[in-house]
Amino acid sequence: MHHVILGAGPAGVTAAETIRKQDPTAEITLVGGEGEPPYSRMAIPYLLEGKIGEDGTYLRQTKDHYQTHAIKVAQGPVTAVDTAAKSVALKDGNSIAYDKLLIATGASPVRPPIDGLDQPGVHTCWTLEDARHITKLAKKGAPVVLVGAGFIGSIILESLAKAGVKLTVIEMGDRMVPRMLDETAGNMLRRWCEKEGVRVITSTTVEAIKGIGAPTTTQTEAQTQQQAQTASPDSDEQQPGLIKRLFGISSAEPSPSSYPASAAMPAPPTTNDNTPIPPGSSGLSVVLGNGEAIAAELVVVATGVRSNTGFLEGSGIKTGAGITVDDHLATSARDVYAAGDVAEGMDLSTGTHDMLAIQPVAVEHGYLAAMNMTGTPTKHRGSLNMNVLDTLGLISSSFGQWQGVPGGQSVTKTEDDSYRYMRLEFDGDKLIGAQCVGVTEHIGMLRGLIQTGLPLGPWKDRLIESPERLPEAYIATAHGTPGHGPSGLKIALPV
Amino acid sequence: MGWTGKVLRVDLTNGTSTSEPLNMEWADKYLGQRGLASKYLSEEMDPKADALGPDNKIIFATGPLTGTCASTGGRYSVITKGPLTGAIACSNSGGYWGAELKFAGWDMVIIEGQSPKPVYLTIFDDDVQIRDASEVWGKSVWEADAWVKSTHQDPMMHVAAIGVAGENKVLYSAIVNDLHRAAGRSGVGAVLGSKNLKAVGVRGTGGVSVKDFKAFMKATNDGKKVLKDNAVTGVGLPTFGTQVLMNVINESGALPTRNGRDVQFEGAKDISAEAMAEPRKSDGKPNLLTNQACFSCTIACGRISKIDEKHYTVQNKPQYWQASGGLEYEAAWALGAATGVSDLEALTYTNFICNEQGIDPISFGATVGAAMELYELGLIDKEKTGGLELVFGSTEALTTAVELTGKAEGFGKELGLGSARLTAKYGRPELAMTVKGQEFPAYDPRGVQGMGLTYATSNRGACHLRSYTVSSEIMGVPEKTDPLVTEGKAALVKAFQDATSAVDSSGLCVFTTFAWTLDDIAPQVDAAIPGDWTTEKLLEVGERIWNMERMFNNRAGFTAADDKLPERMMKDAAKTGPAKGLVSGLDKMLPEYYELRGWTPEGVPTNDTIDRLAM
Amino acid sequence: MLKALVIDPGKCTGCKQCEMACSYENEGVFNPSKSRIRVFDFHEDARFVPYTCTQCDEAWCQQACPVNAITTDEMGVKVVSDSLCVGCKVCTIACPFGTINYNASTGKVIKCDLCQGSPACADACPTAAITYQDIEQTGFDKMKLWAGKTGAAVEIDGPNTPV
Repeated sequence: MHHVILGAGPAGVTAAETIRKQDPTAEITLVGGEGEPPYSRMAIPYLLEGKIGEDGTYLRQTKDHYQTHAIKVAQGPVTAVDTAAKSVALKDGNSIAYDKLLIATGASPVRPPIDGLDQPGVHTCWTLEDARHITKLAKKGAPVVLVGAGFIGSIILESLAKAGVKLTVIEMGDRMVPRMLDETAGNMLRRWCEKEGVRVITSTTVEAIKGIGAPTTTQTEAQTQQQAQTASPDSDEQQPGLIKRLFGISSAEPSPSSYPASAAMPAPPTTNDNTPIPPGSSGLSVVLGNGEAIAAELVVVATGVRSNTGFLEGSGIKTGAGITVDDHLATSARDVYAAGDVAEGMDLSTGTHDMLAIQPVAVEHGYLAAMNMTGTPTKHRGSLNMNVLDTLGLISSSFGQWQGVPGGQSVTKTEDDSYRYMRLEFDGDKLIGAQCVGVTEHIGMLRGLIQTGLPLGPWKDRLIESPERLPEAYIATAHGTPGHGPSGLKIALPV
Repeated sequence: MGWTGKVLRVDLTNGTSTSEPLNMEWADKYLGQRGLASKYLSEEMDPKADALGPDNKIIFATGPLTGTCASTGGRYSVITKGPLTGAIACSNSGGYWGAELKFAGWDMVIIEGQSPKPVYLTIFDDDVQIRDASEVWGKSVWEADAWVKSTHQDPMMHVAAIGVAGENKVLYSAIVNDLHRAAGRSGVGAVLGSKNLKAVGVRGTGGVSVKDFKAFMKATNDGKKVLKDNAVTGVGLPTFGTQVLMNVINESGALPTRNGRDVQFEGAKDISAEAMAEPRKSDGKPNLLTNQACFSCTIACGRISKIDEKHYTVQNKPQYWQASGGLEYEAAWALGAATGVSDLEALTYTNFICNEQGIDPISFGATVGAAMELYELGLIDKEKTGGLELVFGSTEALTTAVELTGKAEGFGKELGLGSARLTAKYGRPELAMTVKGQEFPAYDPRGVQGMGLTYATSNRGACHLRSYTVSSEIMGVPEKTDPLVTEGKAALVKAFQDATSAVDSSGLCVFTTFAWTLDDIAPQVDAAIPGDWTTEKLLEVGERIWNMERMFNNRAGFTAADDKLPERMMKDAAKTGPAKGLVSGLDKMLPEYYELRGWTPEGVPTNDTIDRLAM
Repeated sequence: MLKALVIDPGKCTGCKQCEMACSYENEGVFNPSKSRIRVFDFHEDARFVPYTCTQCDEAWCQQACPVNAITTDEMGVKVVSDSLCVGCKVCTIACPFGTINYNASTGKVIKCDLCQGSPACADACPTAAITYQDIEQTGFDKMKLWAGKTGAAVEIDGPNTPV
């Protein structure tokens, strides 16, 4: 039995290991797309900060991990899948036959509709290679523009700010991290960033990135690299409608023309190519929708990601925004499964299929797909969407249906001075979603309560009164007994 | 090194706070908490200042062992000039607040001035803020506690607050932390009230270190073993709490009853530890649910009780159906024996209200007892009390009185003056069972002679905790003395006073001394902080503290004439029990005591004494 | 033989000696805010509940770690490697028990690791509310069912349940 896994991220690696555990004799091939040892994108910000070296991003630390587990690591990317012949084609012209195939090719950054993306000094921040470029340019004091204050943007923000650059962040949505945080939390984050010396511009688009003498038509190294990972660049990617639909750069999805240009700041007189550029710099000028131009030596573009499904064209594997899977993570093609960012897995909260591009879900998918591939039918009941973000020391998190549901109850508690915020959403007497800023102790309990759907009983009202009593509510609810206390006399003596 | 080395100074008049280094020279001479803060107070304020005016200061102080794993190492004290007494006040409390202050990085907080409007203080490590308290002014301690935690979204905060009593400057109002642990005596709550400071909320995330961890772990472990193996601290206190004393003291004929007219209470057994543990007739459940510890305490003498939901005091009042701080011996005595009330549930309810509104149950119960006597004598009547029938033994009078006093409404305002002022107002000052204006605790000076001298000479007014000679006279710790004689009591009192001053300055609980001597404590202190801390040094520091407090009071205008007991103790002999026929022998003990102290016959420390103690 | 912390909240007095011992063992100072075991106070019900990691089999924290910084040792204990942890905090939201927490002063996460086989909290507990016992001898399964009811619910109703 030959299991072939496309993609060497957390989903792929977890699947490979699970298959090995389930079937000691199976042949396993793990096909990576980037020519790097399997690594975690989540660790890249910490690499940028210098907190870890590149090897610190590796998913498994032992050098011969894959060899030890008889997992063959092959170099991709894959250019096509032939589901009839049960084989995949590699870019180098070779092909690999499979008995079972897992597609875990992840996602790639989208290209927003901005002129001048393809020039030196403009980078996405998605791969180790991107990180290497950014590290070179993000020097202390250098003016840097970050396009996009979504989840990924906000993570990178921290590492850029820590590198000491002069940072400006531009977000098209009306607040930071609009997909993860509500208005109160997003704006709290913004105030925090501004306090920490980062300029944050929201409700503003980037029209163009202009450079001095930088040809905008030449493909840069970064762009080549990006294409190399994305097996088959999607021709639709420049269409803003699709980008927004897929990745919700703005949660409210207003059309760019409706953005109030002066909402975030008074519009200064328009500058253009004549913007003074510091000598010896990359000399970029970021032109905003409101007419302002900001000088930059580095522009980092983080406007969302999309699934890497282009190479499946013609394979007959059904795709939507990602690969369509059933509740066993099987695709429409026989013996082909999908997992991680590329798969439209089940969202536990909504019961619908959606892409939850987060590490724990990738691991869950990888495990479940592997169980199904190795003959233990295992149903996926859905993953919980959740995120945690550290923005210059202010930690925020969101869980499940933090926007609430019709007919549900909700509580918010805001303390602006100390940057603390909690929002809990209930459906009946169950917790279904939550959001926190500045609260980190025992926050996993939010997942515990949401995922188990335990009825909160009297604790719902107490939480509505005082959401910060989460730990008590959790222990009382999950452990049952402390609600009652001793009924008779109970003396604890030193022993 | 035991110390955080930092003092937080908060100026409420100007709304500022500053950090300053702890005066380590003073720390070496006065240890910490009670001693060190008293030194700061003595140096910084005029003892003649109005206790409820802006010139009084109030200090929340920890000891070097507060916030360590030394058993009971969680105490803090509130030091100020007491409005009830006009003397130096030092009220000690447990719970978790003191340790939290230490973890926030502060050895003590000195609060000065007077805020123009109600405020509360938050201390999140180095982040100190004076905030608007208009939303909680007029609310209880319990409401303030919940409100502060909720406002700052931090259930791990610990809050020390005053209730309505403190706001209204009830002269024996307390500062209550962790809902039912209190810096209870001398009206320290009223001082906060006078400063318009409702609460201090603390959350600390820092660590407390000690000088020599290895030695410290050994010393504290040795200490814990001693506590565990001792019958009082290992079994008696956790099982029965301080209430273990109710029947014992009653049998000793030393339970002041009905404003000190009697020394034995026929209802004692009904309000004793044994009664708390027995299933109630009404619902078959015991009043006592469990014992509870303060921070770091391996004894766990705290009582947690639940009132019978059907009892008249709490019918349709579910906020009092929860478990909360139950009766300790002093509260049970004051609310019960001193008033002649023997309804355990009513006493528990009254105690809950004392905690909820920040009232010292000792002074409150004793004041009600005095008022009952005035009522019986016809000096106050129903018209005066607003319909309250203040007769000895009236459960309803007691529970109504506490509600009124807590809210400073009606006759509650007069009760809030304390028994000295109340009895004086009605022309019978001798009926106040007080010294220096502060009500007696639960030991009758006729039945435990040492306690008479203890009360008379206590620097904060009548108090059992300044030299708990009951330990020796009744319980035989560290050695048995006869409670009915005066011989040797001056020396006993002095020794207890000096030792207790040191214990109160260390961060430890005085209850450890049922099992520990200073020999057990010295190695723990020595391993925690710089300096060579021996038993001798602790005793010397204790004596220095005692003299310093005395000198504060002398400067405030107190003289030997204030070292006296009420006439009743000196003239009316005990009617029953082992002490039958006895009055207090204070007049025999006091001169001897002054001499032993190295004081003049006027009760002033001589220059020799001051020099000897290097003050 | 596998051993586990057995917690009996009925014996807990709330003294927090466990938090002191834990923080001293792990941080070298007394600092309950950094303790891996936490005593929760249900004051209305007169109950204290010491609470820490049960070293659950699912190891949600471990699964969520992007850099393999959490491993299982031979005793089944989930251990965080400080040198590998990048402080991303994903484990802190992934652990449904809330027993792995971010330590802002080190930028890493902290959790109970049973002190390499001699838990300081159990040693320090004056009333034996926390004990460290051989799991076969102590009805640990029963206790685990109780203490880990959340875990059990996750197992039964969670996403990874085989059907």
